[in-house]
Amino acid sequence: MTMSFKKQKKGFTSFYMGIYGLWLLAFVIAPLLLLLFKSLQTQGGHFTLANYQTFFTSGPYLAMTFNSIWYAFLITLITLVFAYPTAYFLTTLKNKQFWLLMVILPTWINLLLKTYAFIGLLGQGGLVNSSLTGLGFHPVQLLFTDWSFLLVAAYVELPFMILPIFNALNEIDPLLTAASQDLGANNWQTLRKVIWPLSMPGVKAGIQAVFIPSLSLFMITRLIGGNRVITLGTAIEEHFLVTQNWAFGSTIGVILIVAMVITMLLTQDKQKGGRS
Amino acid sequence: MKKMRTPYLIFMFLVLSLPILYLVFYSFNAGTTMQGFAGFSFKHYSELWQDTRLIDIVLETGIVALLSSLLATIIGTLGALAIFRVHRRTIKGVLLSLNNVLLVSPDVIIGAAFLILFTTLKLSLGFMTVLLSHIAFSIPIVVLMVLPRLKEMNPDLVLAAQDLGARPTQVLGQVTIPVITPGIVAGFFMALTYSLDDFAVTFFVTGNGFSTLAVEIYSRARQGVSLEINALSTLIFLLSLAIALAYYFINKVGKRAKTPELKEKVK
Repeated sequence: MTMSFKKQKKGFTSFYMGIYGLWLLAFVIAPLLLLLFKSLQTQGGHFTLANYQTFFTSGPYLAMTFNSIWYAFLITLITLVFAYPTAYFLTTLKNKQFWLLMVILPTWINLLLKTYAFIGLLGQGGLVNSSLTGLGFHPVQLLFTDWSFLLVAAYVELPFMILPIFNALNEIDPLLTAASQDLGANNWQTLRKVIWPLSMPGVKAGIQAVFIPSLSLFMITRLIGGNRVITLGTAIEEHFLVTQNWAFGSTIGVILIVAMVITMLLTQDKQKGGRS
Repeated sequence: MKKMRTPYLIFMFLVLSLPILYLVFYSFNAGTTMQGFAGFSFKHYSELWQDTRLIDIVLETGIVALLSSLLATIIGTLGALAIFRVHRRTIKGVLLSLNNVLLVSPDVIIGAAFLILFTTLKLSLGFMTVLLSHIAFSIPIVVLMVLPRLKEMNPDLVLAAQDLGARPTQVLGQVTIPVITPGIVAGFFMALTYSLDDFAVTFFVTGNGFSTLAVEIYSRARQGVSLEINALSTLIFLLSLAIALAYYFINKVGKRAKTPELKEKVK
């Protein structure tokens, strides 16, 4: 009886693993391998390393990569500066889960709609410019500038920074804060020496969640940046859907994946070794 | 710092909701642009109502979202069960890392890689490829939502059921599934959000005949502002609000079943 139970359970488990494994093979392993193969081909399908050679010897592409990383860094920094106090203050509220939901509600609205809203907000006669005129200033060109790209990208990514930091802060034992204050630390010291270090896993998770997508936000560069800002993502989209040079698009894709892996290694949680 | 708390949170709340409120506000504009309010009118809502193409796209987006999150929830739950029952730590680690690949990859990479996959398989781009992609990128989050519930589950429950003579199907249906249901529900909602929020992957793998809302808005926004989109976003915003609140209350009911947290009492 027990034997057949175990056997039957084992049968079920292999069935589950079969279905799940099929997904892993077809939609995780195969697509990435195909992307890698494609990047090592000429447009005709022969093996070549020329794509990588072109990428690493072309000034414009290297400049674009550097720019893309620089913008992603700025977006991450801006979101961190605004998200940390937000997350911190939220954890001190009574109905914190509810207010968190309210703050991250924009995440539930499609990214494209949010971007679209900014076309109106930043346009020639939009809210920002009409407020400026109302205050006696001259209207300025906001749309299709680097600044507008940074603003919209930071806006879009902000909830993804708030959420992990909130979770990390929320797990800190409030007794630790109380203890540090009992021992004579002021608010600032408690924040710097107790709360900040303990919230590091959340900060790192937030950096991962914001930096990597920021390298590839092509729709915002198209709609708000007016093609002035070109990210790695924009370049991939261009090669796949506009110029149809899939081989070179894949090459940039592989480079983006490498950038992603480096980011993840740098922000990895090092607490596995029992250091706490 | 308490003094700064309320103004700062109000400021952030306003900043985060401003673009959406702006869209909602101008959806009632009698004029045709998001600049200068010409008077109150519902005319963009009636335009929306007559735009059958857009309504079809909304329905199709909903169908893709529901179907894909349903299937992703099933496959993801099976995946969580499978990973949970692997005992070798290295294999478990490899499976979990592979699971997370699609979660951390930028959308553009997923879109490009899936596009190569589908053309290699000679599938014609359209509804099927979009659906397959949405199922594929929603599965890992379901796994991550269900797995902690399985880990928290008391293993004695399964043993007891087994001792009392339950068949494996009964153990699964009457013990395991009920215990992990909150995780499955959370996974389903996450999958739904992923599907509804996706633009880039769909943009890559959709053909000429099929379009989701995000792709349609993108192509319309490139041509300029149309307040019909504002009217639509208002409706979507209300729907999202309803889903978010529903999710919150389902979660809250699920959490209340557990013992009250000690941390709360300290304060």
